[in-house]
Amino acid sequence: MTTLITPPDTAGARVLRGFGGFARARETGILIALVLVIAIATIKNPNFLFSNDGFRDLLLTPSILMLVAVGQAVVIITRSVDLSVGSTLGLTAYLTGRLFIDFPGIPIIVVFLAGIALGAFLGLINGALIAFAKVPALVITLGTLYAYRGINVLWTGSDRINASDVPKPFLALGTQTILFIPVLTIIAVVVLIAAGWYMRNLRGGRELYAIGSDPAAAHLYGLKVTQRVLVAFVVCGALAGLAGVLTTARYGTVNSQVGSGFELDAVAAAVIGGVAIFGGSGTVWGAAIGAYLLLTINRALPILGVEDFWQRAVVGVLIIGAIVLDRVLALRTARKLVEARDK
Amino acid sequence: MFNSITRRSGAIVALAVGLTLVASGCTAQAPEGSGSTGGGSDASGDANLAITFVPKNLGNAYFDTSDAGGKEAIDEFGGTYDEQAPAEGTPDGQVSFINTLTQQGVGGLAVSANDPTAICDAINEARDAGIKVVTFDSDTSPDCRDLYINQATSEGIAKIQVDLIAEQIGDKGQVAILSATANATNQNAWIELMEADIKENHPDIELVDTVYGDDDDQTSFDKTAALLQTYPDLKGIISPTTVGIAAAARYLQTSDYKGKVALTGLGTPNQMRDYVEDETVTAFALWNPADLGYLAAYATKALIEGEITGAEGDTFEAGKLGSYTVDADATVLLGDPYTFNAENIGDFDF
Amino acid sequence: MTESAITGAPTTVRTYKNYGRPLWRRLLISREAAVIGGLILVVIVANATVYRFGTPITLNYLLLDIMPILFIALPMTLIIVTGEIDLSVASTMGLSSVILGTLHEGGMPIELAGIIALIVGTLAGALNGFLVTVVGLPSLAVTIGTLALYRGLAVGLLGTKAVTEFTEFWTDLAKSKIGDTSIPSVTILFVILAIAFAILLHFTPFGRGIFAIGLNDEAARFSGIRVERTKFILFMLSGVISALAGIYYTLRFGTARGDNATGLELSVIAAVLLGGVSIFGGRGALHGVIAGVLLIGALGSALRLASITSDVINIITGVLLVLSVVSTSFLTWLHKKRTKPGGKKTVIPAAKG
Repeated sequence: MTTLITPPDTAGARVLRGFGGFARARETGILIALVLVIAIATIKNPNFLFSNDGFRDLLLTPSILMLVAVGQAVVIITRSVDLSVGSTLGLTAYLTGRLFIDFPGIPIIVVFLAGIALGAFLGLINGALIAFAKVPALVITLGTLYAYRGINVLWTGSDRINASDVPKPFLALGTQTILFIPVLTIIAVVVLIAAGWYMRNLRGGRELYAIGSDPAAAHLYGLKVTQRVLVAFVVCGALAGLAGVLTTARYGTVNSQVGSGFELDAVAAAVIGGVAIFGGSGTVWGAAIGAYLLLTINRALPILGVEDFWQRAVVGVLIIGAIVLDRVLALRTARKLVEARDK
Repeated sequence: MFNSITRRSGAIVALAVGLTLVASGCTAQAPEGSGSTGGGSDASGDANLAITFVPKNLGNAYFDTSDAGGKEAIDEFGGTYDEQAPAEGTPDGQVSFINTLTQQGVGGLAVSANDPTAICDAINEARDAGIKVVTFDSDTSPDCRDLYINQATSEGIAKIQVDLIAEQIGDKGQVAILSATANATNQNAWIELMEADIKENHPDIELVDTVYGDDDDQTSFDKTAALLQTYPDLKGIISPTTVGIAAAARYLQTSDYKGKVALTGLGTPNQMRDYVEDETVTAFALWNPADLGYLAAYATKALIEGEITGAEGDTFEAGKLGSYTVDADATVLLGDPYTFNAENIGDFDF
Repeated sequence: MTESAITGAPTTVRTYKNYGRPLWRRLLISREAAVIGGLILVVIVANATVYRFGTPITLNYLLLDIMPILFIALPMTLIIVTGEIDLSVASTMGLSSVILGTLHEGGMPIELAGIIALIVGTLAGALNGFLVTVVGLPSLAVTIGTLALYRGLAVGLLGTKAVTEFTEFWTDLAKSKIGDTSIPSVTILFVILAIAFAILLHFTPFGRGIFAIGLNDEAARFSGIRVERTKFILFMLSGVISALAGIYYTLRFGTARGDNATGLELSVIAAVLLGGVSIFGGRGALHGVIAGVLLIGALGSALRLASITSDVINIITGVLLVLSVVSTSFLTWLHKKRTKPGGKKTVIPAAKG
């Protein structure tokens, strides 16, 4: 009988292993890329990071995209996609303004809850259609993208919410900072931590990964696929609703086109952040870092002398690069696994 | 596998679709006499006073005011008012609306153009159908409209903004322009004149950049932030668009640059009142957009009723504004621009 | 009836029908027929109720407006039937529009600029095809990436400017009519392309291969169909037709802008799915798709004339899209319930011994 000599499982060894895992993680790569971009931009123009405005804007503007990207990541992990988040954001942004105009003196927290509730409801419609009718999410959310945007424009008419219609304390939320960190960013980070913890540690979250990896197997295993997918879409809608409320706080003026095209940026952020478009892998942390990377590149381009007209093209290259990288890595892992199995 | 049955059924279906199309085309051609000559030539009685305003885009405070002025005029002389515009200030958006209005056979159009030539074909089709087309605020090329209602001379508008910014920054330093859409006729005319004025009369002022906010509030807001970050020595911003100046003022109000960077341009008193009162903005200029819309409506009415033809020297009555004469190039001038500042901003409500 | 020599029981000659259902049922109780019926209904109702719908100018504007969607719906149908999707079509339109504009503005004759724009469209489609077939990426992700990339290139090349000077001959041709009717002459080009695609899809082995790939691409591969090559060709076709639609769009509106036709891919997919093509692949026909595009176009035109704003039209399009896909699912569920074991019971008489 041979005795296997295993290395002692000391705390130090565990830390090293964990560190190795961290270093190899996809998210770390993106974090490094983000730091690099900020460094290059700051070298070119110190105001980018070191002025009050610059630091605040750096953290503030991507917070809204981060919220939507986190919600999108949850949905993509279950092997779906939600293209209607932009329209949901627009609707809740307008609802926020309308509530302030029609009910003067309404407490801000009620407005927050109303926005989240509307977003959750719109997500519920999506989720119900997809989970119960078993129709591909792409098509349903394409249809609801049209429909929700149309309802938004219909409701808005040629009106628009002005910054003066919104109470000052609410607008101040958009630019206030606590210890140099903007309030909006704090809200977004709290949500991110909650979502990350749920996805990794709670059973519901891990089941989402299972459903995304192989829906048929998950169904046979006895997981409540319909329910989980429904919850995923409700969460995505609720986060988009929260983002809509924050958009009104940040920009103050809301018209019927707010949020147009946002869904593309959210999917891009998630994909760049390592969430596989076919579901089953990736983390919300990656999606959040992806959102920051995306918008920081956008803001760094003019400083580096590239006209900001090329932003869209950069986003496209990043998406394609990210999915090609994912594919190459997946092929390598599969090959390694096959080798290990055949050894 | 493709036996005669499949081919036959395929042919039947194709025939059905074809018949539908031809049928609708045929029935469409039948009421040739009554419908298609369209527009303002209802010989029977009153001229067709259905006038539609087609501003650059919807959701713009400036156009809300001008179109309300137009509505007031139209109500006065008993016509029918409507307002149609795309949500974003693009030329092809306007083309679709102008096409629909041509189909509907309205009496007259008052258009603020997103591009000098792109909408010409659509306008000419409308004019061929007998609809009178008047441009206001932003012109097209002169051969594709009947009249142009100009709010003030372009030179006057450009000069007053340059003078204001020069005054506010001590006549030297870096300035930038935050414009609307890159194609808008009036914007480009004013920017050109501003550049010339700065070069000739203000040699110590340097125009570093022109950015486009697309008349969208969020875009203008973000572009202001980008300008301030990219040019740390910027002393002044000129924004010849009411959407742009309001968004820029809102950004400046909460930023470190408030008071250090001057902001002027064309803005509406209601939108700018807050910023003037807390000294983010010192002074800005405009004219009365309601009067502009009012005049445009009366001019369209005069064209529809045949009172004028747009030739130089024609005169027409414009309700409470009095009588106006047509200048060269079929242009009607409203008046001069007006400066708003802390002293007089409380006197206006638009 | 002859008697079998061995058992003495009577043997019958069994006949098999060519199809499971009679011709009239196959034709009329089908998804495509429903769409065609809907189209006829909308046209009749609109003619009767909407002021000035029946004028010749309406048909003219209607066809001019939906022509790009008609063009792109042809290759899109083929792509969706194979189970893939191409979301980058509108961005390819924008890119070809910008290429046409910048080259022409730079002095190139418009015909040459147009040909280069078509070549660029083909290359764009080839990139999509390469990433999907050779690298093996899912087409949804790839085309979302190329949607952003091509649109970004288009906007980057031109900024937010627009090129509006084009040779009058070509802009007039884009809007000209056939003789005295109100049908635009570009319809002729569309009809030629539609016939070509219909022959390709329904009457050639290549087309049968497309259906086979959509139903089960592993089985198709083992049957000898060159799956990768087929998909690559389809994406290239999509690219070149999108470029053609982009050139038409530019000439019709007389404007080349980076953001031309933003969001058009949604209209195309909505129309294709409405026309009876299954999103899962393997099923669909071109006449349904053409009827679907015409239906959405006619509906939009009638509502616009009735002064109903475009947002309501968008709501209706969105709801139609959702309904069309959910209804297929619903009908399948209904069908399964009716025919499942334990559903309708039929008594089979025992054979006479």
